Amino acid sequence: MEVAVIQFPGSNCDMDAIHAVKDVIGVEARLLWHKETSLGNADAVIVPGGFSYGDYLRCGAIAKVSPIMAAVKAFAGSGGPVIGICNGFQILCESGLLPGALVMNTGLEFICDTQELAVQNSTEHFCKASLGETIRLPIAHGEGNYRIDEAGLAQLEANKQILFRYASNPNGAIGDIAGIRNEAGNVFGMMPHPERAVEGFMPSTDGEKVLRAFLRSRKLAAA
Amino acid sequence: MKVTVFVTPKKNVLDPQGAAVGHAMHHLGFESAHDVRVGKTIAFDVEGEQDTPEFRAKLDKLCDDLLSNPIIEDFRYEVG
Repeated sequence: MEVAVIQFPGSNCDMDAIHAVKDVIGVEARLLWHKETSLGNADAVIVPGGFSYGDYLRCGAIAKVSPIMAAVKAFAGSGGPVIGICNGFQILCESGLLPGALVMNTGLEFICDTQELAVQNSTEHFCKASLGETIRLPIAHGEGNYRIDEAGLAQLEANKQILFRYASNPNGAIGDIAGIRNEAGNVFGMMPHPERAVEGFMPSTDGEKVLRAFLRSRKLAAA
Repeated sequence: MKVTVFVTPKKNVLDPQGAAVGHAMHHLGFESAHDVRVGKTIAFDVEGEQDTPEFRAKLDKLCDDLLSNPIIEDFRYEVG
């Protein structure tokens, strides 16, 4: 049982993700360089935050054509659990694994803050019963303003694909959306950083619950 | 042969950067300006190609797959 954390040039939350999964939750986790073409025997994939390729062209645009992404797409297509956090969310949207796109925050500022998120009843594990009515997680992004057309938004709502909404919208995201999943329920994306909220000295410890909810998609973590 | 690709935010997509530049333009007294959009230009040379419909189809695909994000951006290009 193993989690692969993809590492692109410019990823900077990769080691935090490894720490959260391995040291806090106790599931094996390893880094996987973006030039690899196979996920090996990974049971789940984390696409971490950072500034892959310096955010050149568009956030996530260059990372989506990295060699490893073909394997990530195939893994996701066969039902494997994949989560993209912050820049990872941008990469998954760019690669078409998640609908919509992330553009510049309406206030033009890079926001580094702790946000209250309203948990939505989306899946068996991403729900209020499992995570609580609200959670608090850090955000750190300049381009977290989620955009999708009206038809796409209606589909997200109808399929319960919204995971979290900001209690107080920091970036202009449509529908206060902070995180979503794909229709099948195995690919997740969120701007807030669960891996930065797993220890007592951090802004909250709610991130552990979120990561466990993700890992439970394949029953990796103990219940 | 030189290709220049122009990428702009779609009309119906919020462009916070364009809005900020628009405000600055008004501060400078250029008050007739509205709907300011900030985009980008990508220029490159190609060798061994002719400006054919097939080549343009390849360019369209490149723009859709990488140089622009069709969800939020429009593109056009000049070949010559």
